[in-house]
Amino acid sequence: MSSGIEAQVLQPYKYGFVTDIESETVPPGLSEDVIRLISEKKGEPAWMVDWRLKAYRNWLKSPEPHWANVQYGPIDYQAISYYAAPKQRPKLDSLEQVDPKLLETFEKLGIPIEERKRLAGVAVDAVFDSVSVATTFREELKKHGVIFCAISDAIREYPELVQQYLGSVVPYNDNFFAALNSAVFTDGSFVYVPKGVRCPMELSTYFRINAESTGQFERTLIVADEGSYVSYLEGCSAPVRDENQLHAAVVELVALDRATIKYSTIQNWYPGDEEGRGGIYNFVTKRGACRGRSSKISWTQVETGSAITWKYPGCILQGDDSIGEFYSVAVTNHRQQADTGTKMIHMGKNTRSTIVSKGISAGRGQNTYRGLVKILKGAEHARNYSQCDSMLIGDRCGAHTFPYIDVRNSSAIMEHEASTSKIGEDQIFYAKQRGLSAEDAVSMIVNGFCKEVFKELPMEFAVEAQRLLGISLEGSVG
Amino acid sequence: MTGKGKRERGKVLLEVRDLHASVEGREILRGIDLTVRAGEVHAIMGPNGSGKSTLAQVLAGHPAYTVTAGRVLYEGHDLLGMAPEARAREGVFLAFQYPVAIRGITNAYFLRSAVNAIRKHKGVEELGPVEFMDALEEKLKAIGWDSSYLSRPVNEGFSGGEKKRNEILQLAVLDPKLAILDETDSGLDIDALKTVAQTVDKLRRPDNATVLVTHYDRILTHIEPDVVHVLAGGRIVKSGGKELARELEEKGYDWLREEAVVT
Repeated sequence: MSSGIEAQVLQPYKYGFVTDIESETVPPGLSEDVIRLISEKKGEPAWMVDWRLKAYRNWLKSPEPHWANVQYGPIDYQAISYYAAPKQRPKLDSLEQVDPKLLETFEKLGIPIEERKRLAGVAVDAVFDSVSVATTFREELKKHGVIFCAISDAIREYPELVQQYLGSVVPYNDNFFAALNSAVFTDGSFVYVPKGVRCPMELSTYFRINAESTGQFERTLIVADEGSYVSYLEGCSAPVRDENQLHAAVVELVALDRATIKYSTIQNWYPGDEEGRGGIYNFVTKRGACRGRSSKISWTQVETGSAITWKYPGCILQGDDSIGEFYSVAVTNHRQQADTGTKMIHMGKNTRSTIVSKGISAGRGQNTYRGLVKILKGAEHARNYSQCDSMLIGDRCGAHTFPYIDVRNSSAIMEHEASTSKIGEDQIFYAKQRGLSAEDAVSMIVNGFCKEVFKELPMEFAVEAQRLLGISLEGSVG
Repeated sequence: MTGKGKRERGKVLLEVRDLHASVEGREILRGIDLTVRAGEVHAIMGPNGSGKSTLAQVLAGHPAYTVTAGRVLYEGHDLLGMAPEARAREGVFLAFQYPVAIRGITNAYFLRSAVNAIRKHKGVEELGPVEFMDALEEKLKAIGWDSSYLSRPVNEGFSGGEKKRNEILQLAVLDPKLAILDETDSGLDIDALKTVAQTVDKLRRPDNATVLVTHYDRILTHIEPDVVHVLAGGRIVKSGGKELARELEEKGYDWLREEAVVT
């Protein structure tokens, strides 16, 4: 019976097509010359090149981290191409100049960019390999003072803002992969929401890897000024390939006084095949700084793809009364491995954090939750609530939990709950006895298990998240 | 009205012949014979471990049980050859002795999914949330619940009695042809028992049938059975009218167990 359940969860990857498009690629390998070349292609100012080179030199000295509970062969960094872009880069203000193949690609992925087909209320930045091909609603957002554009455009158009905040949350020497990203990052999104503005629509970036033997190194920077609010969503996918492709992104969030940033991710990179061939290595550094008083950063992630996931979106709670949240669903099946969780660093007084992690393992998947809650000396009356639940489907998979707690102020209140359950034959039978198919029964049980996380997603994407788990569950979540 | 000899008997709904079944290699059912006709209520009584619940689970198709011999016809079709969900869609309902909880899924969603799975199978249009609520309201009232029940997760945090009530609510909503109630009366207080029994009794029609698996005759004072069977050692050792239930209540099961050994 359990094989029937597994078959349901282990659905084939639906986004594995390749777009046949001529692209301009920098030859494989990494050197100072390659970095200068990338920087030149993007027309960057001198300070940016210098920063990249500093990061590169640091990267050369740092060791690749291997403490995560994942296994993979050595990565040949000289075999990767660090820049790939479709030829004929369009101007951002005119979609007519965008290659129809690109529009078609994003439409196939469910991200229509063309004006008449756009999702209402969602502005999209579409990134294809190393470049942003289009950003919708840019002008409309500008009317509210909100800047939403490709980070390479921001470096040219808003250099002061970028210079002020880039690397201020994740420094170029933070870790091996962050250093690599800082040296070679290509595109990604930049968001600035001015004082007191509630961003009038959801902002979203969709990352698509297409070219072979390339890595994707996107960089996202979101700054929410005093009293502002923004909700941002990131989605991604890649073609089916036998090789492993590296994706090493950095995301930095800055929330000033009373600002709120809600950051949601639906990660659906190609996970590799049943035998573990191919798939994306998703080695990502995401961090938010709650710099202001009563600021709030909320991470929600649904991780269904990638061969290996290594990421710990965290919050640095600097401002008094600031709030950090982390809601996560991570699914591993076949031979996928995930080592993911969060870091909550409490520095300010009365800071609060909430962690809700749901790990689902199927096939031979290995799922690890790794989380750190640190209460520093000055963080009077800090509170944390952590809940880590694991669900096992079949008997060849694994679930692991590593919660680290470091408390240096005795007024802190910490709560931790954890559970591991096996999807039950009795639950499936109960649902079948009411007429539901095995597939619907499994979907229902898995979705119910993830509900606390799904309800944190913006409505438009909660549906997508459920569908990704192989499901149609209209109306029951929310 | 029902079961009083002279009435024309309904067509055979369920026919069990020489049914043997085992769990984990242990034989529990050792040759069950049972015929249930439309319009009838059968009570199956017997001591603990006699195989009552196993019979219920086997009829519903629980994968933990293996049928080793015999056959079961449902409306003339081979029931044992049907998947559990196919049996449910064709109108076989089991009220579970131990209903399971499904975290994060509301009763409203679960019930509507079940209703629509069955409607889809029958080729009837599926119900939207609003139409479904309208159809549900009356049934909810009958069981003595208000609409707050609908947004609670399936059986999660329910007391034993609430879980049993929930089974009966599902029974009322799904309106099956053959309802098998596995110890639905156990764990209910007198008032709850009455509510549940009345709901079940109201569902009796000439075209459906109920098999009540029970340990005590209490529920039978509310739902009058046409036939009472006594199960012991995996076989039906005695069948009779409703007076048999009272006799069992007075004398216990031991005298029958001895009889079973003799035969």
